[in-house]
Amino acid sequence: MTDATAPSLPRKSKSLLAEDDRTKKRNAAEKRFKYYGIAAISVGLVFLVILVATILREGTPAFTRTAVTVDFVLTQEQFDEAESAVLKTAAYTRLFSQFVADQAEEKGVATDLTDEDRAEIAAGLERIMGKIGSDIRVHYRENPDDVGSPVRFNLAAASRVDAYLNNGQSRDGFVSSRFLEEQDLDLIDAMVEIDMIGSDWDRTFFFGSDSGVDNPGGAGIGVAVVGSFFMMIVVLVLSLPISVAASIYLEEFAPKNRFTDLIEVNISNLAAVPSIVFGILGLAVFIQFMHLPQSAPLVGGLVLTLMTLPTIIISTRASLKSVPPSIRDAALGVGASKMQTVFHHVLPLAAPGILTGTIIGLAQALGETAPLLLIGMVGFVARAYPDTFVGGFTEANSVMPAQIYTWASRADPGFYEKAWGGIIILLVFLLTMNIIAIILRRRFERRW
Amino acid sequence: MSFVKLTTSALAIAAVSATTAAARDQVQIAGSSTVLPYASIVAEAFGDNTDFPTPVVESGGSSAGLKRFCEGVGENTIDVANASRAIREKEIAACADNGVTDIIEVRIGYDGIVFASQIDGPAYTAFTQADIFNALAPMVMVDGVLVENPHTQWSDFNADLPAADILAFIPGTKHGTREVFEEKVIAVGCEQTGAMQAMIDGGMSEDDAEDACLAVRTDGKSVDIDGDYTETLARINANANGIGVFGLSFYENNTDKLKVATMAGISPSTETISTGEYPVSRPLFFYIKKAHIGVIPGLKEYASFFTSDELSGPGGPLATYGLVSDPELAATQQMIADEVTMGSGS
Repeated sequence: MTDATAPSLPRKSKSLLAEDDRTKKRNAAEKRFKYYGIAAISVGLVFLVILVATILREGTPAFTRTAVTVDFVLTQEQFDEAESAVLKTAAYTRLFSQFVADQAEEKGVATDLTDEDRAEIAAGLERIMGKIGSDIRVHYRENPDDVGSPVRFNLAAASRVDAYLNNGQSRDGFVSSRFLEEQDLDLIDAMVEIDMIGSDWDRTFFFGSDSGVDNPGGAGIGVAVVGSFFMMIVVLVLSLPISVAASIYLEEFAPKNRFTDLIEVNISNLAAVPSIVFGILGLAVFIQFMHLPQSAPLVGGLVLTLMTLPTIIISTRASLKSVPPSIRDAALGVGASKMQTVFHHVLPLAAPGILTGTIIGLAQALGETAPLLLIGMVGFVARAYPDTFVGGFTEANSVMPAQIYTWASRADPGFYEKAWGGIIILLVFLLTMNIIAIILRRRFERRW
Repeated sequence: MSFVKLTTSALAIAAVSATTAAARDQVQIAGSSTVLPYASIVAEAFGDNTDFPTPVVESGGSSAGLKRFCEGVGENTIDVANASRAIREKEIAACADNGVTDIIEVRIGYDGIVFASQIDGPAYTAFTQADIFNALAPMVMVDGVLVENPHTQWSDFNADLPAADILAFIPGTKHGTREVFEEKVIAVGCEQTGAMQAMIDGGMSEDDAEDACLAVRTDGKSVDIDGDYTETLARINANANGIGVFGLSFYENNTDKLKVATMAGISPSTETISTGEYPVSRPLFFYIKKAHIGVIPGLKEYASFFTSDELSGPGGPLATYGLVSDPELAATQQMIADEVTMGSGS
């Protein structure tokens, strides 16, 4: 019986090891698809590598600076004279350059100087040194006892000196300008020779504040980092409770009807609204109507809260949804109230997802500039660390992306470098936040 | 539960900060991106040299700044508006509608507007207003007849100019620089080439012809830049044929990337601008709300610090950066000391 069925099979009997045409075709298609995928990933990777390499190449010079080290003596008379000037910082710069020029022979910068040469060196030094008056003035105002005795100063050189020494700019292509003249280069070389000018770690960049457009050497991102910190506190404190409460209600308690559907659609739409719109809203509501202070991290945080809310609500609802109904049924079954079920069982299980969503929402808010343009956080703003904790929210400050944007639009090429350096710092923060999100997810996420 | 606590504390913080926010202690400034560099230099020096906090200076363009300036009187409005052009009658009226009546106008100096191109690009070294008009106007004179602009290369209308495609990056309409560009270059070129006369002869009223003279062609040869000069610089770097409109100080900061063209035979420099030889220059201003003097600490001091000889005078940091000092600075200083408002004496 059994062998009667065998001949009725119309199959072409073939070795299983040999592929027929259709199988070959299918296998080839699969292979091709794999290659497409690999190609897509490679393109992405190449762009990523180019991006990171460019950022690192352009940005790392911002972390070092060219500094001039000099033992400087300021007499009481000179101190009084400088303090009585209108532009005290310029007076200090002049005194300093004069002092170094007078000591040029002792220090070995030059020999056999006439008074005229000295005046020329002093003028050249003022160009080389850039804006150092403020540093000197701050030092003597904080340490009045140092007047009259030698103090070792380590002061930033002008950005063009930095460019000359570090970027290997050749002398041939050098164009004399008000900012640096050709003969100054000889002086710089002589100063390098005796180690008066050297490269060092730029602390100002990490801990300093924004500076005037003619002083890229004095610019730092520290104050803007603090501004970002306070703004993120506002965003976190407001957006997390509001969005978690909204999601729990919508997901667990709200009746499913047309009205809740409408709310749901609107939340999804809000997530796609361009961020500048929130800036306009913030200007109208928070500043013009509620009279909150301009340029304050508080207002920036409020605006970004509006922007982050939908993002967090959507991810919170997704993680609440992913908690299996059996957990709820079990809790309700043993007599827990609805609220107990949610807060004792559902919410803890959904917490990792909520946290991940929140951190990603915050990271998005951290890198946002557009809405801040309208509420006065872009410009020459980040000048001083806040005095008090509350002051951190209300005093004028900028944030990292706004600071980068401001620097990138300035004429002096020194600021361009600072902008790239700022991008590195911002990326480090974003990367840290994303890594924390990933770790949290890995550690606490449960699969059902 | 804990969320309820968090929310209430958040609201409490917001409420506390809202009440403490009432006392603003630093000067708030906004406006022209041309004046911004100077204002930031002064603001930094003001914070370094006095006991007042450093003023906040925002950018955004002259018109945007004056609009915010005119929003009203009070601590949630700005104290000073920077402008690269004089305030308009319309804006003064808008200000008055919102209660901003006493305005002090301060002229800080002059700024030159230069035409620059890529340093290795075509030899754009000498322009006249007529050249720029012929290149960028929608209607130009060809063989004595007013026609739609047929020029695609600079050499089409002036054999001395290079045979390169016309491409110009000019400031967008929200910039004060645009107005100067239109009035001192395009309009002058319009008259020089006879296009204006041709328009009037063609039946246009004189006012209409003047307005029509300010137009710029819209076929992509002239590109409006709404951002800062850095954006113009980036566009120039990408287009060897492009010429861009810059402020003198911006050009002087980037002489390694840009070469400048003369205008009507005069090369732009602080000297030629202060003597008035170089034709394309404009005064820079800032406007102060008199009602805020005495309310916002340091406002009057900021204004007199800005206009002091040490800062705005020749040899000061602003002049070093590229501002052409105002020969009548002393009068301005006196005006600030006396708090003379617009329309009351000047």
